[in-house]
Amino acid sequence: MISKEEIQHIAQLARIRVNENDLEKLQQDLSEILEYFNVLKEANVSGIEPMTLVSLREIPRMGKNVSREDVARPGSPALLQKLVTMFSAVREGFLRVKAIFSR
Amino acid sequence: MNTNLSIADIRKGLQEHQFSAKELAREFLGTITKKDKDIHAFLNVTENLAFNQAEAIDKRIAQKEKLPTLAGVPCSVKDAILVEDVPCTAGSKILEHYVAPYDATVTKKIKEAGAIIVGKTNMDEFGMGASTENSAFGPTKNPHDLTRVAGGSGGGASASVAAAECVIGLGEDTGGSIRLPSSFCGVVGLKPTYGAVSRNGVIALASSLDQVGPVAKTVGDAEILFNVIRGRDPLDSTSIDAEIGNWKLEIGNLRIGVPKEYFAEGLDPAIEKVIRGAINKLEEAGARIKEVELPNTKYALAAYYIINMSEASANLARYDGMRYGVSRQEGSLLLDAYLDSRGEGLGTEVKRRIILGTYALSAGYYEAYYNKAQKVRTLLKQDFEKAFEKVDIIVGPVSPFLPFKIGERIRDPLQMYLVDIYTVPVNLAGLPALSIPAGRVGNLPVGLHMIAPAFQEQRLFETGKLFETL
Repeated sequence: MISKEEIQHIAQLARIRVNENDLEKLQQDLSEILEYFNVLKEANVSGIEPMTLVSLREIPRMGKNVSREDVARPGSPALLQKLVTMFSAVREGFLRVKAIFSR
Repeated sequence: MNTNLSIADIRKGLQEHQFSAKELAREFLGTITKKDKDIHAFLNVTENLAFNQAEAIDKRIAQKEKLPTLAGVPCSVKDAILVEDVPCTAGSKILEHYVAPYDATVTKKIKEAGAIIVGKTNMDEFGMGASTENSAFGPTKNPHDLTRVAGGSGGGASASVAAAECVIGLGEDTGGSIRLPSSFCGVVGLKPTYGAVSRNGVIALASSLDQVGPVAKTVGDAEILFNVIRGRDPLDSTSIDAEIGNWKLEIGNLRIGVPKEYFAEGLDPAIEKVIRGAINKLEEAGARIKEVELPNTKYALAAYYIINMSEASANLARYDGMRYGVSRQEGSLLLDAYLDSRGEGLGTEVKRRIILGTYALSAGYYEAYYNKAQKVRTLLKQDFEKAFEKVDIIVGPVSPFLPFKIGERIRDPLQMYLVDIYTVPVNLAGLPALSIPAGRVGNLPVGLHMIAPAFQEQRLFETGKLFETL
């Protein structure tokens, strides 16, 4: 069973605040799901490569990295305005965030 | 006005001036007003957009212009797909006030094809669920029984088509999110081959699995919508211009594979009866039925959820409460703003998956979970490749369960995951698959699942259209 401390540690890494009240149920759910994942231990994968891109084998040209022209695609001022409007806080057209360290 | 219309009916009706595009839009928007209080397929109805698009179509008709493929066809769009200047929430509270700044590539394509966008459809938050109960804005109800779920994650897309609130819908399928609700609601849903359709402008859940696809009442309409949206897009490096082929159905030569693993313990016997009946019909029509083996099926669900959660934990890192969406700024430091915004803005299932995904990717666990799951994925793909040496398509049930009661499975995440057991192997292998109505148990629809090799959508359309006539 995954410990409550471990859950809080991972949640912190994932930047999610978990309330103490929710921790009990979360521990129970996560433990059950991880237990279910154990079925993979029975799978024999010796000599099997992991599959990263599904279309890799059908499409030979996809076997190489796909890249696009390195040219700027300037957006319109109207698009910029739409994006800035959604910022949580703005100063002089820039996204304003809180301090990273306490003084 | 009769709203049980196909794309072809609408084209004919417009060309013969039986109705205008605006009248059509008014009719369908009226149906939404009337029915959606009960069904809740829509999160947002885009009345102004629909009327503007309809007027543009009517103008083109008046000027005797050639009409594009989807001219005047009322279409719903899953709320994970961006439509410019329309709110886009993906069913999440964290995006409650987010307005799409641009069109997804698929949106652009249906707009250019003349479709009338009537609204954005409900879904499990970020696509995480099999019942639409994980939507932050309340569940979608099954049009055939309002006490039951419509399936998920795209319950809204399938319910909107089933309730004739629109003619076609755009869905998105990561592990069954088009096919399962289409089975539950008695409509047709296609998950295309991975790479067949652009994902640009689609809110990502698990990027190696996600694929946009059509929902429709008939296979023919699903085929038309698929042909509008497919193709390579420079803005999605995994999209491909593939030959979909001109495969012709000859029923006497059609070899249909039935995997014994898809009829194992856990399948509702009433569903098995409907599916066996459907297979018999195909056999009587002349197809050859063969048993095939997909021996690694038992590992698919676990591998799928590990990959889904791992990719989701990375994709959903963007919801930081800074650039858009719900923001909590009460704490003194940036870290507090992240923790509080995500803690409050994200729902229970989403938090569960992000935490498990982070765990599966962390040092010491990566090999046992993520890497192992990716290797199992190769095994599953090999299973399908071997089976497709002997058969042209594979069929089975879409889900082991009938549409269940609202609230029945929501408390236990594992019970919800099991609903996806037959649909996830297809996403892991990147294959195309169709859900097509096969019959009913009582008044509840049951879908037949048809799976084809990569980029062989034509086999599904041809076989599906034949099946509709049986």
